[in-house]
Parts: sequence; C-alpha cells; structure tokens
Amino acid sequence: MSIVFYLLAALTVAGGLAAMLLKNMVHCVLALTVAFAGLALLFLKLDAQFAGFAQILVYIGAVAILVVFAILLTRGSETPKDGVFSRSWLIGLVIAAAVFAVLGWAVLQSARVLPHETAIPVVTVKQIGAALVGRYVLPLEIVAVLLTAAMIGAVIVAMHENVGHEKEGSK
Amino acid sequence: MTPLTGYLLVAALLFSIGLAGALTRRNAILVLIGIELMLNAANLNLIAFWRYGPHPEALTGMMFAIFSIAVAAAEAAVGLGLVIQIHRHAHTTDLDQMNRMKG
Amino acid sequence: MIETCDQIFVLLQHWLVSFLPASWQPAAGVLLSVAAIVCVFPALFAVAVLLERKGLARIQNRLGPNRVGPFGLFQPIADAIKSLTKEDIVPQSADAAVHFLAPVLLVITVFMGFAVLPMGRNMVLVDLDAGLLLYFAMGASSELAVFMAGWSSRNKYSLLGAMRAVAQMISYEVPLLLSSVAVVMITGSLSLTKIVEAQNHYTWGLPHWYIFTPWGFAGFLMYAIATTAETNRSPFDLPEGESELVAGYHTEYSGFKFALFFLGEYVAMFSISGLGTTLFLGGWSAPFSFLTWVPSWIWFFSKLMLSIFVFIWMRGTLPRLRQDQLMNFAWKFVLPMCLVNLLAAGLWRFMGDGWLRWVVCSAILIAAYAGMGLAEMRKQRLGPRSYRYAE
Repeated sequence: MSIVFYLLAALTVAGGLAAMLLKNMVHCVLALTVAFAGLALLFLKLDAQFAGFAQILVYIGAVAILVVFAILLTRGSETPKDGVFSRSWLIGLVIAAAVFAVLGWAVLQSARVLPHETAIPVVTVKQIGAALVGRYVLPLEIVAVLLTAAMIGAVIVAMHENVGHEKEGSK
Repeated sequence: MTPLTGYLLVAALLFSIGLAGALTRRNAILVLIGIELMLNAANLNLIAFWRYGPHPEALTGMMFAIFSIAVAAAEAAVGLGLVIQIHRHAHTTDLDQMNRMKG
Repeated sequence: MIETCDQIFVLLQHWLVSFLPASWQPAAGVLLSVAAIVCVFPALFAVAVLLERKGLARIQNRLGPNRVGPFGLFQPIADAIKSLTKEDIVPQSADAAVHFLAPVLLVITVFMGFAVLPMGRNMVLVDLDAGLLLYFAMGASSELAVFMAGWSSRNKYSLLGAMRAVAQMISYEVPLLLSSVAVVMITGSLSLTKIVEAQNHYTWGLPHWYIFTPWGFAGFLMYAIATTAETNRSPFDLPEGESELVAGYHTEYSGFKFALFFLGEYVAMFSISGLGTTLFLGGWSAPFSFLTWVPSWIWFFSKLMLSIFVFIWMRGTLPRLRQDQLMNFAWKFVLPMCLVNLLAAGLWRFMGDGWLRWVVCSAILIAAYAGMGLAEMRKQRLGPRSYRYAE
C-alpha cells in the first residue's frame, strides 16, 4: 500500500468529515469539493482516467456550484440559532457507526476471497466510446432522457409561482 | 491487506460519514451533501472492483460509475430545486421544523 | 539543422536531465518542463499586459504608458514592483481562509490546463489519451475559485459580480464543449496531439486545418465567442466592469493577490487560445507547405499572440453586453448553432470527399444562422443607426 494512497485517502476522508461537521454551510461545500477532488485523484490512481476527469468536470464543475447557488438562494450563509445538529443526532451517529462496522467487518472477513489482479488495464477513450454506443447504448439513451427530464423538472419545480397566478388572475 | 481492501475500507468510511451527516444535520441542503458523499463512495467501490476484478477489459465497472455520476448530477439538480421551493414556502430549510403535513 | 531548431527545447531537456542518475531522470524531465511553462507564460503575461495597454490606447486615440523606458517597454516591471510592494488589505469581516485560497486555486487550475497543450512537435508535457477532458475539467474548476473570491469578501458588489461571472461561465461552458466535440468527432480522438497530427497534412500547399472547413469555421467562431465569455473579456466583461461593479469579484483584493487574479485571467486567455489554435488552427503546423522549415513552436506561439491581439482588438472596439443579453445569446442562439454544427460535421464525415459536402454543409450552416438570426431580431425594435461625434 503506497504512501500516495494513504495521503489521498486521508485527504478524502478529511474532506468528508469537514463537510459534515463544519458550521458554516459554504465551508461545508468547499470541504465537499476537496473530498470530490480527493476521490478524482483516487480514480486516477486506479487507472480510470475517464472516470476521474468526468468526476472533476461533473461534480466539482457543476454539482458543487449548484449546491453553492442553492445555499445562497436559501439564505444558508446565516448561522441558525438552534444549532446545526438536529435533536436526534445521537441515534443518527449510532446508526452510521453500525453501518460502518458491518461494512468494515464484511470487507475484512472476505479479504482472502476478494479478487486481486494487478495487471494494469489499458483502456482507451475509443474503447469507452465503442462500449457506450455498442453494448451500453440503451443505458446511454435512457440517461439522456433522464437528464432532459431532470433539467425540465428542476426548472419547473424551482420556478416562481407568481407567473402562474398572474396569468390566471388576468383572464 | 491488499490494495482492494484498502479502497473498500475508504469507501465504507466515506459512506458512513455521509450517512451520519445525512441523519444528523438540520439543514436540508446538508442532507443532500451527505447523499452526494454516499453516491461517491459507491462509485469508488465500483471503480476499485473494476480495477482489481477479473475482466477489466469489459469496462462494466467504469460504465456503471460514469452512469452513476450522471444520475447523481440529475438527482442533485432536482433535489436542490425542491429545497429552494420548500424554502420559498416555509421560509426555512430546517428539517426539525418540518414535522407537520399541514401547510 | 532545421530538425535541431525545431526540437531544440526537447534536446535541451534531454541534455540537462542526462546529468542525473537514471532513476531520477523521468521526474527531473517533468519538473524541468513544468518550470519552463511556469517561467514562459508569466513572461508572456507581462508582454500581453503592455500590449493591451498600448493597443487599447491607440484604438482609443491616446498614447498609453510611455514614461517607463523607451515607448513604455519597462512598464510591466513597474507594475510588478507595485503589486508586490502594495499593502495586502483583508477586510475584517472577510472569511480569511477562503479569501486567501481563492486566488491560489484559480492560478493552480489555470496552469494545470497547460499540461496537455502541444506547443510544438513532441512538446507536450503529458500526452494523455483524454487530454481535452482534462483541460475542460480544469476550466470547470476555475469557476469555483471565482465564486470563492466573491463570497469570501462579504461585500454585496463582490458577491453580485461573482454570481454573474459564474452564471456567465457555466452558460458558455456548453457551447465551448459542443464546438470542441465537433472536432473530436471528425478526428476520432480526445488526445490533443492526435488532433494536431490530423491537421498536419497539405493539399496543393494549403493545410488541412479545421478552420478551412464549413463546420470548422462555424465551430471556430462559436469557440471564439465562448472563450471571450469564459475569460470574462469584453464584450462579455460585465462581471468585472469597472463602471458597474467597481471591480466585481476581486474588489476586496489588493497587492499580490490582485496580481494573482490578473495573472490568472491572462494566463487563462493564453491557455484557452492555445486550445483554440490546437483544435481549429492546426496547433504547431505551418500555414503553407513551403514554410515547414520554420520551427513548430514559433508557429504555435505566433498563432497564440494573434489570438491575444484579436482579444485586445475586440475589447477596444465592441461595447459591453448586458447580463440578460449575453445569457439570451448563449442559450438561444449559440447553443442551437452548436447543435446544427454537430449535424453539419456528421454529414461532412459521411458524405465522402468531393465538392458536394462543401456545398451541403455550408448551406445548412448559413441557413441555420440566417434563420435563427431573423427569428431573434424580429423581436427587437431597432431604428436607423445614428452617430454622435465629439465637437
């Protein structure tokens, strides 16, 4: 296990922890961006270059900015008066710890039957493209329809209601 | 400890951190952030298994992860649109105060 | 002799690295190339700042800086000394950590883009299979730095400028990517070295640059519009318009941090012009087949400086667009044209060689342009043009 892996794992976990623990919401989003970047570097270490760059492009370049805009539109940068953790925080923590215990135990118990090929797979973007329009063309088209529906849906859900009421009132 | 075990443990840790955040924070947007962390942890699992698994040239793991990234982006967009609309209606995003069906 | 001139930097790198033990050589080679990039592009930035001030001044019928050195040639040195010695004022209520990290993140992501640009024959820092994707990933990350700068200043004008800048950058990200996708479609690869090599052929002395094809010309125009908007240059510079928003998202920055923002903006201009020359203008290939004896890196940098000159020219000539005008333009005109361009590029590929594909593709693009232009302009009530001259 190389030192690079430990550093990247520490960076990612630290970013995730900071995202969930900080009080200021914009700091949380920036810590989340650090976690995304750490994950993209982990993908690059796993020789999945296309996935790593797509992670940076989509998550850091779009999802993080989306979350930031939502925080600004919902006045999230003002600190709340009742504290940032909900009343039932202890139960949530216990559940998360139990989930981690179960997952970690499952991984460590099955360590001897897990595959561990170490030959580096040579994957070109051409192969990914051929797979996308060959074997995975149906998921590709469905994801295209899903993204269009999500885009139109998000615009309609977040649109001002006054537009509809005004039109009804003037009839 | 093989490399694959290391990646799986990191993914499990990230998943439980995201779950803890989604279950304990008050603000709706932070719950969505926790969900994004969980999705990312699952992606890490997929790519790790693709890399160290038997047939990496079939590209299954990488394809799954790429589609998961696309779907997560769509879900984040719709979820945040909903949060914005809820804020407009209830003037708060505090989940502890949204415990009634009325209104 | 020609070969040596062309490969002089590569040979220099190999010679310098040969003094080290074999296990250190790859890392040392990479470090040397990185050092070269980090030295060359800020030097070009100094030249570009001077060119911009003199050029804008001449367009506006005045002289520009002419005190420091002959014809103001040492002005960049004076500017550097000023920005390094000015007091670094951080507002008291500003978020200190984010305020510090914003220019750092901007400069890092902007310089990362140079890792995949082929600046000459065999002169790429990293020859990635998905090079174009890395470039766009770094471009998308720089938007977050702009937002961090505007938000951390706790200043209404900075936040407003940052939101406008981010909205503009994400709107024009889509035409930027779509116009590059047409090039990727025809070349069949995301690797920038392969894209340049596909354009490096000559027919009757003229090169096969993609700008000389109908879809390439339309794509280049849309790429140019998108890059002007991505780097917040005039006529899309409302986020940093001095007359509207003081200085937009970098209002509260002074001294070295402001210099970093300025550097980041100009180096982003260089890197995105470099990508534009790689995709559409043939990268390091010569314009005529009898000029291939000139070293390849000279061609790359001359095309880069030509693009910078056009940027400066546009800044001095065109008026600023309003925020809603530029968003309308992006989503309602440029994006549909990009989709039509993709269609035209696809037809080009499948029609085979001959004069017919030129006619069909040009006809589709001109019809789409005229149709959408007429549809947009019908809503405007424009009277006859009137002029006012200074008395």
